[in-house]
Amino acid sequence: MAKVILDQVTKTFGDVVALDNVSMTIDDGSFVILLGPTGAGKTTTLRMVSGLDTPDAGEIFIGDQPMIGLTPAQRDVAMVFQQYSLYPHMTVRQNLEFPLKSPILKTPQSMIDEKVEAVSRVLQIAHKLDNKATALSGGEMQRVSIGRALVRSPSIYLMDEPLSSLDAKLRADLRIELKNIQANFGQTLLYVTHDQIEAMTMATHVGVLDHGKLVQFGSPREIYENPVSIYAASRLGQPRINILPADLFKGPVPDGAKSIGLRPEQISQGTGEESFVTRVEHLGDQTRLHLKFKEQDLITVTNAHTSLQRGETVKIRPHKPFFFDADGARIA
Amino acid sequence: MSFSVTEPSRRQKWIAGSLVVGYALITLIPLLWIIATGFKSSADSIAYPPKVVFQPTVEGYVNLFTTQTRMGEDLRAEPREDLPWYEQLVREKGNTIVGASRYSERFFNSVIIGFGSTFFAILLGTMAAYAFSRFRVPLKDDLLFFILSTRMMPPIAVAVPIFLMFRNLGLSDTHAGMILLYTAINLSLSVWLINGFIDEIPVEYEEAALIDGYTRFQAFYKVVLPQATTGIASTAIFCLIFAWNEYALAVLLTSGTAQTAPPFIPTIIGVGGQDWPAVAAGATIFLVPVMVFTILLRKHLLRGITFGAVRK
Repeated sequence: MAKVILDQVTKTFGDVVALDNVSMTIDDGSFVILLGPTGAGKTTTLRMVSGLDTPDAGEIFIGDQPMIGLTPAQRDVAMVFQQYSLYPHMTVRQNLEFPLKSPILKTPQSMIDEKVEAVSRVLQIAHKLDNKATALSGGEMQRVSIGRALVRSPSIYLMDEPLSSLDAKLRADLRIELKNIQANFGQTLLYVTHDQIEAMTMATHVGVLDHGKLVQFGSPREIYENPVSIYAASRLGQPRINILPADLFKGPVPDGAKSIGLRPEQISQGTGEESFVTRVEHLGDQTRLHLKFKEQDLITVTNAHTSLQRGETVKIRPHKPFFFDADGARIA
Repeated sequence: MSFSVTEPSRRQKWIAGSLVVGYALITLIPLLWIIATGFKSSADSIAYPPKVVFQPTVEGYVNLFTTQTRMGEDLRAEPREDLPWYEQLVREKGNTIVGASRYSERFFNSVIIGFGSTFFAILLGTMAAYAFSRFRVPLKDDLLFFILSTRMMPPIAVAVPIFLMFRNLGLSDTHAGMILLYTAINLSLSVWLINGFIDEIPVEYEEAALIDGYTRFQAFYKVVLPQATTGIASTAIFCLIFAWNEYALAVLLTSGTAQTAPPFIPTIIGVGGQDWPAVAAGATIFLVPVMVFTILLRKHLLRGITFGAVRK
């Protein structure tokens, strides 16, 4: 458990700038999720903190100690790799014990047994403990990989899409479990995902990365309700925010606005101008409407039990919309 | 994606089977012939047409391990029931044993030099290969090519300079000298082969071990090495076979203390006529260590490359 600070960290691989002057403070006990498409620099950020890679410029502090030049072992970090990286010549139990038996921790066997037992129960792999690591399904490997981090109490947990291969039920269980580790045990996590539900439900802070730049950092609500750009606004929200020409609707448009951004709740239904329903998707707890409005497609959400049919019309009107300039930056 | 492989027909299996058996016979016949000759009497060993069925005797083995001399008439007449069986065997031919031959010493030299140089070639080769595979080594490709290039000429081509060097350094006819020489020759092979195997092991395992609190060397030892055993075992077999069988440099550089078995075995021929059974016996015993070593490491060879738990 410790506060982690990245101070103007830059890293290039050949011609590619993987991280561009990234500064970020991960408070002790917070759950920070990094969002961004492939190549945005999420995994590189984790590797910088872990010590597997060193920045070209900038500083990293864990618990106020400068980390440059220290090995991963000295940094006391635990990491869940996207590729699992289980030791293939060991059983599941040996994999889980491995970090506890390191020369740094040298945990007594009784405590190792206890922790392995507890973690394997949480991750529902207790019945697989004596299997070879290679004799597992993808989802099981991923759980063992998470377990190998959870047996420790490091200064920070680094997790690279740890839930991506799991089925929906297990994913929901583990979301709660990981949140619990942070919320109830005060652990610090830095977490990479593509999944916005994970971001919305677990994160205390979200960092949005774009081509190696940290474009926004804040609570998930803040990023959802007050995005700095089209890019940041597109990271969160399902269905995605609708980006339309700024002058599509009647009403005032701020100077320099090129686009208007409308999340489903920013589209009032029943008043305003007419649009055509092109598709109705019943998802159970909500219903998505695909609309055609002045040759533009947009998607919104409506009452779960709507009687609207394809081909019908519905009146819509923007409600507290976002406006973006030509570069995609938010202006209102 | 799914695909099916057709089960080979009976006829195809039969053809494949006979090809394998045929090949095995061709390679095994000389070996069986040597083993058989070792148990023949001198007369049987040179009989024409060659004898496949014969009265086995261990005469060849007794001759191999002993030095003998002709007995005088008076001694020959005197029956000696108290002597051990091998003495009796020798006396039947009118000889007596005057001491042990040098074969066991030479054989032991082969063991020390063969296994010693294999050990060092593997130790140094594995560490060098790991460094080439994992670290940013300046001029890496050139260095690897240079290492390989030492293999491009037959070792005997540099026999004269090596001979002179060894003489000046006092390494001629020493165990250390021969171990050094065979290690140096085998190193190119071991670096290249093991480098290939280590390249195949995903670097993520070591990264995981580094994160799990281990140093680079511990990660190498605990995570990389266990997965490289297949490659290391097969490389060790190749190294041992080379060092074990090497003849030309051994003839040139060893004569007494450090002489290995290969240059020694042919000299048996000269002792008391052409004693083929003794030569064959020497060759048979000489085959055993490499065979045992290969059989011991066989399971590593057959295990193949492990499919890892890394998602690609």
